[in-house]
Amino acid sequence: MNQHFTATAETADQPGATPQDVVRLVDLKRRFGGTAALDGISLTVRKGEILGIIGRSGAGKSTLIRCLNGLERPDSGEVFIEGREISRLGELDLQPLRRRIGMIFQHFNLLSAKTVEDNVALPLKIEGRPKAERLQRAAELLDLVGLSEKAKAYPVSLSGGQKQRVGIARALAARPALLLSDEATSALDPETTRSILALLKDINRQLGLTILLITHEMEVIRSIADRVAVIDAGRIVEEGPVWSVFAEPRSEITRSLLGAIRPQLPAELAARLLPSAGTETVLRVDVAGEAASGPLLSDLATAIPRPFRLVHGGIDHIQQQPVGTLFVSVPGSDASHLAAVITFLKARHARVEVLGHVANPV
Amino acid sequence: MSPILFELLLRSIWETVLMTAASGLISLVFGLPLGLALIATERGGIAESPWVNRALGAVINGFRSVPFIILLVALIPVTRLIVGTSIGTWAAIVPLSIAATPYYARIAEVSLREVDRGLIEAARAMGGNRWTIIREVLVPEALPGIVAGFTVTLVTLIGASAMAGAIGAGGLGDLAIRYGYQRFETSVMIAVVIVLIILVCGIQWAGDRLVARLDRRG
Repeated sequence: MNQHFTATAETADQPGATPQDVVRLVDLKRRFGGTAALDGISLTVRKGEILGIIGRSGAGKSTLIRCLNGLERPDSGEVFIEGREISRLGELDLQPLRRRIGMIFQHFNLLSAKTVEDNVALPLKIEGRPKAERLQRAAELLDLVGLSEKAKAYPVSLSGGQKQRVGIARALAARPALLLSDEATSALDPETTRSILALLKDINRQLGLTILLITHEMEVIRSIADRVAVIDAGRIVEEGPVWSVFAEPRSEITRSLLGAIRPQLPAELAARLLPSAGTETVLRVDVAGEAASGPLLSDLATAIPRPFRLVHGGIDHIQQQPVGTLFVSVPGSDASHLAAVITFLKARHARVEVLGHVANPV
Repeated sequence: MSPILFELLLRSIWETVLMTAASGLISLVFGLPLGLALIATERGGIAESPWVNRALGAVINGFRSVPFIILLVALIPVTRLIVGTSIGTWAAIVPLSIAATPYYARIAEVSLREVDRGLIEAARAMGGNRWTIIREVLVPEALPGIVAGFTVTLVTLIGASAMAGAIGAGGLGDLAIRYGYQRFETSVMIAVVIVLIILVCGIQWAGDRLVARLDRRG
């Protein structure tokens, strides 16, 4: 009881924190030998949201997610799960808590000696539920993940995507308050990844389940996360709603992780860019929200009636928000004309970057 | 072969089967928990305890380094304490079991170590305790290896039981030495070898079939 009281008081002290926070991390630190896997991580996960944590391998993601269910212990800092501090709990106290937290894994971790339904029912067996109830719940969950006909099969006969569906069903068996996803789609092909992510999103919507996922793929964040935290060398370098981080990445690491899925200047054009002196100037124009939904380019043409070329780019929709990147080439070496174009675009809330000049435009 | 020799052969088969089965069963009952203890107490195990691990390892290595024929004689006081006599088939079961238990513990340890650590982590993440991990993960996942290792142990025991004649335990090995070798009864020698081959092949075949049925790893 005392534990509970202190935890609540702690929550009230923290500005912006509410009882709605399923997870709250405060200044989490963990070292392995000479390297800091976690170097002061503070983070909250709100009820019902999907928070994505992205970083390169070795950034500390796995250590972080394992601190949330006590598989890993931080050296210092606090881990609150539904308001209760758990980082100093003993193994015996952690066991009932872990039943409130489902977890899915990159390599699925299904038991090869058990049938699909027995795998799904295992968390309930651990809870000591009667067999009839376990099997009924397993049947419900296999129906939810679309694998009812595989109930009596063994995991070896399943494809990767089916194995992860079983993993998800198993993680949901004990009706958890939080689902942890540890690179759940990293071992799957792109098509299967999409279907697994769609399933997770469905579960999030239908059951209101809070999901925290770690990944190294921006595509995963883009498809299902509401908020994203970028982690590098054990620190959170950037955090916010997915569309705004995509529209305006502030850190180098975020930009590099985004590189794979945001439009890039075609390589052969990038190779011909000169720092100065050319007949055309290539601009990168990033727009998001209203600026991306309005008739930006035609307005530009009306306001400054001189030719420009759209070289490359596109508009993506992230969380129903348009996020665009356009590569525009402005002919001529007239500096005041270029300045006028940039001023116009900036007035429309676009971010403009001069990438360089091209001598002989194609 | 005379009817008397034939009867002797049948009795010897029974003695060998009895020695192998009894000491095999005992080595399974004690060796498997010992193998689990080795895995659980090792670094990163579910009940990490380096000192216990080292102590267990030392005792096991100690027993395994003594040649069986010496163990057979050295354990005579222990045998007398347990079965009341140091001579005969039952007396041989004590040193056979004591030799086979650490042997099987090591074989079980190897199979148990091959269980994917991710599975143990998954069971822990579900809120499972050590006992759950042993019962639901370690033993079922390692079962094919545990059974295959038991087959190997039984075959080794058949071989070791041949030496048990040194303390009057009888058995096929004893028969082959006393009649086949010392009394030049070649037919006895041939019969013993054929029976041993059939026994070993039978055990191996049954073990392999059981492993194939248990193995769901594809």
